[in-house]
Amino acid sequence: MKSVAVAFFAGILFAIGLCVSGMTDPAKVLGFLDVGGSWDPSLAFVMAGAVGVHAIAARLALRASRPVWSDRYSLPTRRAVDLPLIAGAAIFGLGWGIAGYCPGPAVVNLVAPSPGLATFVLAMALGTIALPLSRAGMRLIKQTVGVNREPGGAAGAARRTAP
Amino acid sequence: MTFTPGSALLGGALIGLSASGLLALAGRVAGISGIVGGLLWPRRGGTAWRAAFFAGLLIGGLLVREWAPAVFAPRAPAAPALALAVAGLMVGFGTQLGGGCTSGHGVCGLSRGSLRSAVAVLVFMTTGALAVFVSRHVLPRLG
Repeated sequence: MKSVAVAFFAGILFAIGLCVSGMTDPAKVLGFLDVGGSWDPSLAFVMAGAVGVHAIAARLALRASRPVWSDRYSLPTRRAVDLPLIAGAAIFGLGWGIAGYCPGPAVVNLVAPSPGLATFVLAMALGTIALPLSRAGMRLIKQTVGVNREPGGAAGAARRTAP
Repeated sequence: MTFTPGSALLGGALIGLSASGLLALAGRVAGISGIVGGLLWPRRGGTAWRAAFFAGLLIGGLLVREWAPAVFAPRAPAAPALALAVAGLMVGFGTQLGGGCTSGHGVCGLSRGSLRSAVAVLVFMTTGALAVFVSRHVLPRLG
């Protein structure tokens, strides 16, 4: 329960940090990505501030065998630099460069919604579930095909009674 | 666009502090695409803290809107509606396929010295800059 409260306050602090840094303004983000125009390096300072604090704090925290209010650390386990990682990052970057929103600022901007933001966030939600949805669909198709191959399956029974 | 290194550094430090508190106290990674993904397509366990973090993001935004409404002043969209829809699909799909976004790979992964995250950041910064270059400097010249 304490870890849920921690997550709530971390979310508040994260949102405030995004607002203070300027990342909630898509124009600011696009200004950073516009290396061929009037480049605004501010976002590099956001990353430097965030990584500077977190690199030290994470190193100290992970020395403990477990988090203060939880049983264990839940850290990413994948290590391989593979095609999904690179393709996914490439696709994400293109979308980020078109709209100027990455997921965090898009969510925080929901407190002052605009038609453009609503369009982006709805599409982002669709894109987010597309992968697990297609995987679930594939599993369902495989299961159905598997049932059809079974002689005693529902499809087999239907075939036997057909003229 | 004006260069704002001070507020950028301070805001970044607050983001780093948030990620640090979440890791040290709750043992979780502050990756927004992972949190959103886990809420929209729940897997066993881990929904409560994600919902709490998401609610915190909105509450934090509301607080800022009270204190400094100018932060959320109405602004012209960066792209036409259709482009925004395509961009949203790409951001949603790409972050799930690549396992992270600016926060998960950028802040948390880089801080832990993850090679995967370093590659991801390099790739999405590059394609992001490419998208901006094409939309701002190539497409306008084609008319």
